Amino acid sequence: MFWVNKAHAGNTFMPPQASNFAESVDTLYGFLYYASLISCILVIGGLIYFAVKYKRKTATDKTAYIAHNALLEFLWSFIPFVVFLVVFAWGWKVFYDMRNAPKDALEVHVVGQKWNWNFIYKSGRKSGGEFTVPVNTPVKLIMSSRDVLHSFFVPSFRVKQDVVPGRYTSLWFTATKEGDFNVFCTEYCGTGHSTMLAKVKVVSKAEYENWLENDPYKGLSLAEVGQKVYAGACIACHNTTDVKKIGPGFAGLWGTDRKLTDGSAVKFDEAYVKESIVNPNAKKAEGYENAVMTSFQGQLSEDEITGVIEYLKTLKK
Amino acid sequence: MSSAADRSKNYLNEESGLWSWLTTLDHKRIGIMYMITVMFFFLIGGVFALLIRAELFSVGPTVVEGAAQYNQLMTFHGAIMVFMVIIPGIPAFLGNFFLPLQIGAKDVAFPKVNLMSWYCLIIGAAISFYSLFFNGADTGWTFYTPYSIETDNGTILLVLGAFVMGFSSILTGVNFVATTHRLRAPGMGFFQMPLFVWGLYSTAILQVVATPVLGITLLLLAAEKTMGIGFFDPALGGDPVLFQHFFWFYSHPAVYIMILPAMGIISELITTFSRKVIFGYKAIAFSSVGIAAVSFFVWGHHMFVSGQSQLAGVIFSFLTMLVGVPTAIKTFNWVATMYKGSIQFQSPMLYAMGFLFLFTIGGVTGVMLAVMAVDVHFHDTYFVVAHFHYVMVGGTLMAIMGGIYYWFPKMFGKMYNEFMAQLSFLFIFVGFNVTFFPQFILGAQGMPRRYFDYLPAFEPLNRVSTVGSWLIGIGFLIGLYVIVSGMLKGKKAPDNPWGAKTLEWQTSSPPPHTNFHEQPVVTGGPYEYR
Repeated sequence: MFWVNKAHAGNTFMPPQASNFAESVDTLYGFLYYASLISCILVIGGLIYFAVKYKRKTATDKTAYIAHNALLEFLWSFIPFVVFLVVFAWGWKVFYDMRNAPKDALEVHVVGQKWNWNFIYKSGRKSGGEFTVPVNTPVKLIMSSRDVLHSFFVPSFRVKQDVVPGRYTSLWFTATKEGDFNVFCTEYCGTGHSTMLAKVKVVSKAEYENWLENDPYKGLSLAEVGQKVYAGACIACHNTTDVKKIGPGFAGLWGTDRKLTDGSAVKFDEAYVKESIVNPNAKKAEGYENAVMTSFQGQLSEDEITGVIEYLKTLKK
Repeated sequence: MSSAADRSKNYLNEESGLWSWLTTLDHKRIGIMYMITVMFFFLIGGVFALLIRAELFSVGPTVVEGAAQYNQLMTFHGAIMVFMVIIPGIPAFLGNFFLPLQIGAKDVAFPKVNLMSWYCLIIGAAISFYSLFFNGADTGWTFYTPYSIETDNGTILLVLGAFVMGFSSILTGVNFVATTHRLRAPGMGFFQMPLFVWGLYSTAILQVVATPVLGITLLLLAAEKTMGIGFFDPALGGDPVLFQHFFWFYSHPAVYIMILPAMGIISELITTFSRKVIFGYKAIAFSSVGIAAVSFFVWGHHMFVSGQSQLAGVIFSFLTMLVGVPTAIKTFNWVATMYKGSIQFQSPMLYAMGFLFLFTIGGVTGVMLAVMAVDVHFHDTYFVVAHFHYVMVGGTLMAIMGGIYYWFPKMFGKMYNEFMAQLSFLFIFVGFNVTFFPQFILGAQGMPRRYFDYLPAFEPLNRVSTVGSWLIGIGFLIGLYVIVSGMLKGKKAPDNPWGAKTLEWQTSSPPPHTNFHEQPVVTGGPYEYR
């Protein structure tokens, strides 16, 4: 019934199991589920049974005077207590494993900012909006935030950890299945919270080595580079159509005059786009007084910004 | 018994005019003013909830104007329902009216303070709503830093409003503690008190001890926001996790401020409508106090993935399990009370049974969330949203509705329309499950809370949930009709329509200004159905 763990029977309610933790969490969850189900049947069943059986028959019904029963009361205090202790200890055990990464885990830095995820590998390889890890290898994410609280959640891996400005937090997992898995931000972080998504791509070790060594922009035109950057950095707040998201939609903007909040106008050209990427709140367009954008200075290379500029030129209404 | 002349005067017609209400020191009139206020806030918070659900009916932006507006709706829905509806809902409204009546007192210990606490709520609420004219607030009701520090300034007003409303809660608590200790009728020891009084008493202690911490926290937040003093923002040398500790140090006990008096009401309803002595009076009474005490030490279970230390997490998880025990005991006691009873299905009893049904589901899912490894997956998803709605709406709100119908004849001297009240219950109960049960599944699948938009895979269950919210809306509209029409043209109520044993039923309906025509004297327990 419903969302109980049926890892072995094709359950559809928990997300797919794709990490070393998924099965141990789901087994514990399955135990809790059945214990809960039994408790609910006892309490709600008893409630309904008594309600039917002892329905008032006459206006002057006499009732039994049963004030308490020591044995019964002891049992229904003691049994839940024991069950609670068991699930507490069991939960601690699994949690302990979650919190202690193997020493040889592959380390990846994760930086959260409003409203995207950036991933930095030891080789210097960066990636935004998605990241790639090898299958069957312990991976440790070392996470920090450039602005407010975020939280890194991969449902299929059953892992989650808040990303806190001013300190480093971490989580680890061993992906057990190849494929793409969703990453959500689960700590409320403002307007773009629900668009702060990413993907983790789990690939074979060989593919991973290959990916890590390759220049991600090799063989791409500038506009194609820009499109890739857009998908990792800009997509949370900007549409490629002319529809407003949190910031303006990009289509048809190139070359037009933009009215600013102070009443002046500026041409939407290379200089304005670059300024808006590194110092976004200097010249805000009219209608976006309350929208706030985080600077991408240092996040995007000069080549990537050039790519974005060329990509924006291609977006027509 | 009292003469006919005495009985024509009661607290409702003793004086008349709006001014007599606004300056009244009568706990019953203040209770009624709270009732009207809370119902008004509930209406606003409810409309916000319906808008939220309407927006989530489909993927993509639909009903509201963008994520920013959605986040304000979400913030105000939470803040209104917590600070203006559920916290004052039972103690300040039903508690105000019935605590003195149930212990055979003429009024609360400090009637002027009682009136002042109502004004604190009104002023605080006015300040909170005023923030809507300053771009509102979009922090969620939890005001987590550092987001709350850098977002728009409307947040300060909402925080200030919550601060002022906190005083309302503290003053009510002080009043109830003093009243319970000092004003009991002759012969009423602590163990002759009705269990609703035990619930209110435990709650009052929590209100007095915990609420100041919220006040201090919110002041620190306001000081940081206006003067740039670094408590919580790491950019200023502060620690955002510290805010969470402070916040939940109040807000977790606050959960019990919301549920303990509800449990008290349920004890009254189950005994009366089963016409039977409560099973395990002392166990229920002590578990109220026990829950109140332990509830101070479990706040960290909101923070298993916040970055707090693993050791802290382990301790908080363990202590949370300890709170589960007295809660389970209470539930078993209520069901056992129905054994060999004579059960009558009037609408208050339907709400009490609805409470048991929903609260049990809320309770077992609460245990799941207290288990650390499982909480890592469920934390900040719709599973949590579903869980706390099962406890807060399925628990507290069900108890408020049951309490309103139960005491309606006493408060207004009139009966409500029983058929319509049962119809209202049916819509609310069914609608509630249709709305919130799918959210457990959504959460298990990984849908995070506070999302303006979601992945297409989540759409079908969100649609079911939204349809459920319409049923709840219809249910409460019928409920409003039942209450208003009962007040205006209900049949005259007898003094004790349910055959209950507690003291409030021994005076006339509605009670006179001084509550009792003669000083009641207590000779036995509150539930002596022999």
